[in-house]
Amino acid sequence: MAFSLPELPYALDSLEPHISRRTLEFHHGKHHQAYVNNLNKLIEGTPFAQADLEKIIREAEGGIFNNGAQVWNHTFYFTGLNPKPKEKPEGELKRAIEGAFGSLDALMEEFSKASATLFGSGWAWLVKTKDGNLDIVQEPNAGNPLRRGLQPLLTCDVWEHAYYLDYQNRRPDYIESFWKMVDWSVVEKRFNG
Amino acid sequence: MAFKLPDLPYDYDALEPYIDIRTMEIHHTKHHGAYTSKLNDAIQGTPAESLSIEEIMASMSEYPVAVRNNGGGYFNHNLFWTILSPDGGGVPEGELLDAINRKFGSFGNFKSEFSQAAANRFGSGWAWLIRKEDGSLAVTSTPNQDNPLMDFVEVKGIPLLGLDVWEHAYYLKYQNRRPDYIEAFWNLVNWDEVARRFSK
Repeated sequence: MAFSLPELPYALDSLEPHISRRTLEFHHGKHHQAYVNNLNKLIEGTPFAQADLEKIIREAEGGIFNNGAQVWNHTFYFTGLNPKPKEKPEGELKRAIEGAFGSLDALMEEFSKASATLFGSGWAWLVKTKDGNLDIVQEPNAGNPLRRGLQPLLTCDVWEHAYYLDYQNRRPDYIESFWKMVDWSVVEKRFNG
Repeated sequence: MAFKLPDLPYDYDALEPYIDIRTMEIHHTKHHGAYTSKLNDAIQGTPAESLSIEEIMASMSEYPVAVRNNGGGYFNHNLFWTILSPDGGGVPEGELLDAINRKFGSFGNFKSEFSQAAANRFGSGWAWLIRKEDGSLAVTSTPNQDNPLMDFVEVKGIPLLGLDVWEHAYYLKYQNRRPDYIEAFWNLVNWDEVARRFSK
């Protein structure tokens, strides 16, 4: 089963000024696409040829893991953003956030710190643990929390390619802009589903 | 004594068109500058303040991760600027060329092995040509700001040539085309400096 590149759920220029059209063209059209192409080549004739991405993330190693996880991570990242996002969580998720972090602001502060301090390439994640609690974790390179039994709810890509054309070395500015695009209705669905 | 950000041995625009002025300015003043000041913060008030950067590398497993990341970043960029030159490129000569031929069969073979190591580094990191303890050469690669001087790395040696493949090293000019950046790098290699490090 060959994987294909999912389309973005919004126009390439719709996240401006937070993320430029040019960044999204490369990020989605080149990087995300290359992970899809590489994965399709690598799985051919292996036990993962018929596997879904979650199985690849949980069980594969090396290039198959790296490319498979990056396909999943980017789709999850892009679909968590929206040019007209729901700006605050409500209901069960809101209560869980207040229980775990005290407030949405406190969650954002901790998540921003995790994003800013990840050294090198990687991802920051808001996750639901097995017992239903919320937590924030960092994963280097292609890392994905599914591999250690955590359910991803939101992610920020801090590979330099995600922000370098727009922000260069100023990763904290990118993270601040990230919050203006996070669609909490998507995070609620992931949490409740 | 605090570590200092060294000046570049050439102008910011000197490596054009292979590496653009904007990349060089940000890479040197912001990235290398930040590694330098964060290294100084990390060792302030510790015995490491009186050591050379090479001495710190050699016992890196004893230091906190802030020293590993920023000390590595400080050393690696110091080396990187010196092995590039606007008058670089071409092929090495003399004993260095002999050693390359002995180990890799030919300069072309070495180039393709090194380029491969740089292209295959997943995420951020460096490709290296090193001289191992027994005097032989090897091509290796390290993640993030690790380097072959650090005591815990798998393949240790004296770095002679290093290529930065963090995306910040090339993204403004080459974006996702890392192989084009690697190809351009060969036009800049200062083989006199690599030979000097080899014979030291």
